[in-house]
Amino acid sequence: MILVYIESNGEQLKKSSLEVLTYGKKMADKMGVPMGAICLGPLNNTDQAGQYGASTLFLASDAKLQTFDSRLFTKIIADTFTANNASVLVLPFNQNGKALGPRLSVRLKAGLVAGACALPNDQMQFAKNVFSGKAIAHYAIASNHKIVSVASNSIPSEAAPTSCTVTPLNVSISDADFKVKSIKVEKVSGDIPLSEAELVVSAGRGLKGAENWGMIEDCAKILGAATACSRAVADVHWRPHHEHVGQTGLAISPNLYIAVGISGAIQHLAGVSSSKTIVVINTDADAPFFKAADYGIVGDAFEVMPKFNEALRKFKANS
Amino acid sequence: MKFLVCVSKVPDTTAKIAFKDNNTKFAGDGVTYILNPTDEWYALVRALELKEANGGHVTVINVGPAENDQILRKALAIGADDAVLIEADEEIEPFYVAQSIAEYAKNNGYDIVVTGKETINYNSFSIGGMIAEFMDAAFVSQVSKWEMNGNIAVLNREIEGGEEVVEVAAPFVLSAQKGMAEQRLPNMKGIMGAKTKPLSKIAAASGDTMVQLVAFENPKPKAAVKLIDAENVEELVHLLHTEAKVI
Repeated sequence: MILVYIESNGEQLKKSSLEVLTYGKKMADKMGVPMGAICLGPLNNTDQAGQYGASTLFLASDAKLQTFDSRLFTKIIADTFTANNASVLVLPFNQNGKALGPRLSVRLKAGLVAGACALPNDQMQFAKNVFSGKAIAHYAIASNHKIVSVASNSIPSEAAPTSCTVTPLNVSISDADFKVKSIKVEKVSGDIPLSEAELVVSAGRGLKGAENWGMIEDCAKILGAATACSRAVADVHWRPHHEHVGQTGLAISPNLYIAVGISGAIQHLAGVSSSKTIVVINTDADAPFFKAADYGIVGDAFEVMPKFNEALRKFKANS
Repeated sequence: MKFLVCVSKVPDTTAKIAFKDNNTKFAGDGVTYILNPTDEWYALVRALELKEANGGHVTVINVGPAENDQILRKALAIGADDAVLIEADEEIEPFYVAQSIAEYAKNNGYDIVVTGKETINYNSFSIGGMIAEFMDAAFVSQVSKWEMNGNIAVLNREIEGGEEVVEVAAPFVLSAQKGMAEQRLPNMKGIMGAKTKPLSKIAAASGDTMVQLVAFENPKPKAAVKLIDAENVEELVHLLHTEAKVI
């Protein structure tokens, strides 16, 4: 069995979970084994796992599991993996997956490829971005048990309707099992988390001040995109630091990255170069970012962006 | 409080990324190496700040070849009290790096272990979680704010689209990211003092191969940018829809 760790927001599965189900399903079909999914915490829509290819959904719906404790989650996932003789574990390479993958690697004595960006090839080798997107490495997992975490937007989710049994996990959890106590959760950005976003509108020092971000936010709103920024802008607090993309910030790989007034220093490019399509808008025709771009406009953001937003609005109204 | 800060050696952020030996090794000749940014700027500096405020001891630890003592001296110059080099081959796997550090932490009574969120060469976010599992300790990843309230740590950790505030008691492992502290440059006194601070060397853990690097690959070069006239933004919208098919 391939076991896939999935997460819900209480109601539905997260977008990254649908992606890992598709990833796991394609591996399982190739290996001729079934796919199981494991979800910890309340989940209302229990049909989704089957819609995306799982034949078993292991569900521990205890509300206590809304608090993420990597040590406790690792125990439950590892026990389920072992009890069902699973051979491969697939997880999302998101905030929680980045904490669980390495723990499970130790607990299950299983080699881990963290942040795979494609399905394994015929030799079961996994590709992932290294050197902050400046290179790709191919890995083979030598251990019997294998773990792979999958980077966001690496594979589009694809329905694969399968008859799915919901198996409740009989885990008895007490407060003493938690080493981590959640005090509060603060939402600090819009509806679309930057790490999962398919479309991203980003801006840099060329915008001259925090007060000029309205046109960037407008553009993001029209497109249904997340907003991001360069390090320089986060450092002077024009934008919150969680929006900083680049080598020392967040590395992202959206389908579309629009960079406005960002020159494209090598450290910034490192975090965004695996975006599928890059648009650069900059006054300086020699800005290094144009070399990494698919489409470019040499022009003043203050003149181009309002027109671009208007054109996008028209396009959206007609589509 | 005894803090164990894990530091990695990485190529400078502007280094040319090229490979040798049939694309199985990073071509490191002539490359400048630095302390991994999130290890240095956030994990180390915040541990030093907490030690300065509440007392304690800060040890820096690295797993790697003998010449890595240079980056440990840099960490000592920034302010760490002592350093440990667990000597190992350059290609040691993260699994055994973590096992070596966890064993050192357990044997020497460190109950707080800190790493940067990721290294800028392998980007795997893995060492902290592996150390925590080897220690059977709590692990909080991608922490942007770290306060101590007696023996309890109050941490802000990044979650999708926001932050969560959590409390955790030692022993614990955390991984640090932007927001936690500001970079601290070593001063002359620090640099001079670093030469005489203790730096001990021990041997690394080893075992069966878990994951094998098959080959590196440089990304395919991009086609030349398609420039669009600033007066013709409709053309850009059209191309994004019909050619790139992203909107």
